[in-house]
Amino acid sequence: MKTMITGNEAAAWGARLARVKVVSAYPITPQTKVVEKIAEFIANGEMDARYIRVESEHSAMAACISAENTGVRTFTATSAHGLALMHEMLMWAAYARLPIVMAVINRAMAPPWSIWADHQDSMAQRDTGWIQIYSESNQEELDAVLMLYKICEDKDVLLPAMTMMDAFILSHTMEPVDIPDQKLVDDFLPELDLPHRLDINRPAGHGSLIMPEGPVMEYRKAMADAFAGVRDKILKVEEEFREIFGREYGGLVEEYRTEDADAIAVVSSTIASTSKEVVDRMRERGLKVGLARVRYFRPFPHRELREIAKKTDMLGVIDRSYTFGYGGALYAETKGVLYGHSDIPVKNYIMGIGGRDVTPEILEKVFMDMLKIAKDGAVDTEVEWVGLIGDERWSA
Amino acid sequence: MIEIRFHGRGGQGAVIASQLLAMAAFKEGKYVVSFPYYGVERRGAPVTAFTRISDRPIRIKSQIYEPDYVIVMDTGLMSQVDVLKGLKPDGWVLLNTTKRPEELGVTGRKAATVDATGIAIKHGLGSKAAPIVNTAIIGAFARLSGLVSIESVVDVLLKKSPAAPEKNAAAAKDAYEALVFYER
Repeated sequence: MKTMITGNEAAAWGARLARVKVVSAYPITPQTKVVEKIAEFIANGEMDARYIRVESEHSAMAACISAENTGVRTFTATSAHGLALMHEMLMWAAYARLPIVMAVINRAMAPPWSIWADHQDSMAQRDTGWIQIYSESNQEELDAVLMLYKICEDKDVLLPAMTMMDAFILSHTMEPVDIPDQKLVDDFLPELDLPHRLDINRPAGHGSLIMPEGPVMEYRKAMADAFAGVRDKILKVEEEFREIFGREYGGLVEEYRTEDADAIAVVSSTIASTSKEVVDRMRERGLKVGLARVRYFRPFPHRELREIAKKTDMLGVIDRSYTFGYGGALYAETKGVLYGHSDIPVKNYIMGIGGRDVTPEILEKVFMDMLKIAKDGAVDTEVEWVGLIGDERWSA
Repeated sequence: MIEIRFHGRGGQGAVIASQLLAMAAFKEGKYVVSFPYYGVERRGAPVTAFTRISDRPIRIKSQIYEPDYVIVMDTGLMSQVDVLKGLKPDGWVLLNTTKRPEELGVTGRKAATVDATGIAIKHGLGSKAAPIVNTAIIGAFARLSGLVSIESVVDVLLKKSPAAPEKNAAAAKDAYEALVFYER
């Protein structure tokens, strides 16, 4: 059924169609509508789930962890400060190998207060052991929730995942979305069978103290190994999804007009969507630009980016966050995996912080800058902030 | 691609108007997107919302700066908000008013007016002090733009109105008939 819904509603529909059994969440703008919609589904009897109300996001994740421990599928959603407050519990969920799925509506961190889109909140959680995917449309958001349960619950994976969408740009934007038939989803997504679930008939203790000589390090290595296998699961699940639902998204990195490109933008989320339009406009004028949309940031698509670097003369990495180390996270990690594999120039563009609008006009200026670097063979500035107030160079 | 910008006040239903218009165009097989400029949406505060309508999938995710149409649901806003900002030279402005456009300072522009407030009050939508004019204004917009048929608008209002679907549909039909065109 194709209908008009917002990104927040798409995430809620994903949870409903996945037959999630427990939802625990605390409201925060711009996530609120996700949990409101789920509460409505449950109240109307359209979703057979338990909604656990809590006093904070830390408790919301704790409730999901406890529920998931018993072997039932759980879901939550949050944004920005709510996600930051969850930090401790995020690691607990991942290290306990619980395949929880969470929608994160990307919102800037304060101060100053900003409720609009940037990726600082989720990028700050990149080392918690969660799979991360960034959506560019409401359809992709709904489909990602369904695919993530299948990926995460695989016995070789058993890891949690967060699916990101940009605040307001998707969360409050209404687009046509194909809501799949429940029966098709049921065929695609089997019931959760958590091997280490708590079971009174098989008494066991989890998460107790282990001395340095004990297998803590081995647990971490097993988790790292599981993460290394996620890439292939993503590709396999996406193929199954395509066969059943007829939609595909390009795996970990979606390539758009990268063939014979002089310069390729490496970018995620809704900026990638707008960039595709810009790429088409520039290609019409004979300007050879392309785009690599990083969908999965965890696991990091190192193989894909190394292959993409072989196809072009430079990469322009657009980040909607900043690490306060060196550049944005996507830039730093892209450069890291290219070291020893590629010598092409890589430049970082910091854009859209605090919801600053990223227009086709400003993106075209970025692509023109990239083409110049491709021609010169060297970057002028390694990390550049684009679209600052009063900066004539980038004003549209 | 056609881009439409709505100006209203919190409580008038500008965001819902942008969504209902998108739904009507969607029903006719168009690609559509509807989104608010999410700000401080208190009752009475200026609110901006947008609709894009296209024959192709819409990938641009930025705001609208050069609309083809501007819809002003409360002309009292015009003293604080430059509602004509960026409007394409050939673009239309639709005003909810009983006045002529030039009385509101709109000259040299393709303009149309409709008394959406009067129509909303007549149909008992909202209160006399705070009528909800969004459904009437969409009916008028259907006539002005020809982008969607009044039948599609009525159909969407009957199915999707949060309350009083018949009254909303009747208001849209009245406004469709009552529209006044002013070439520049």
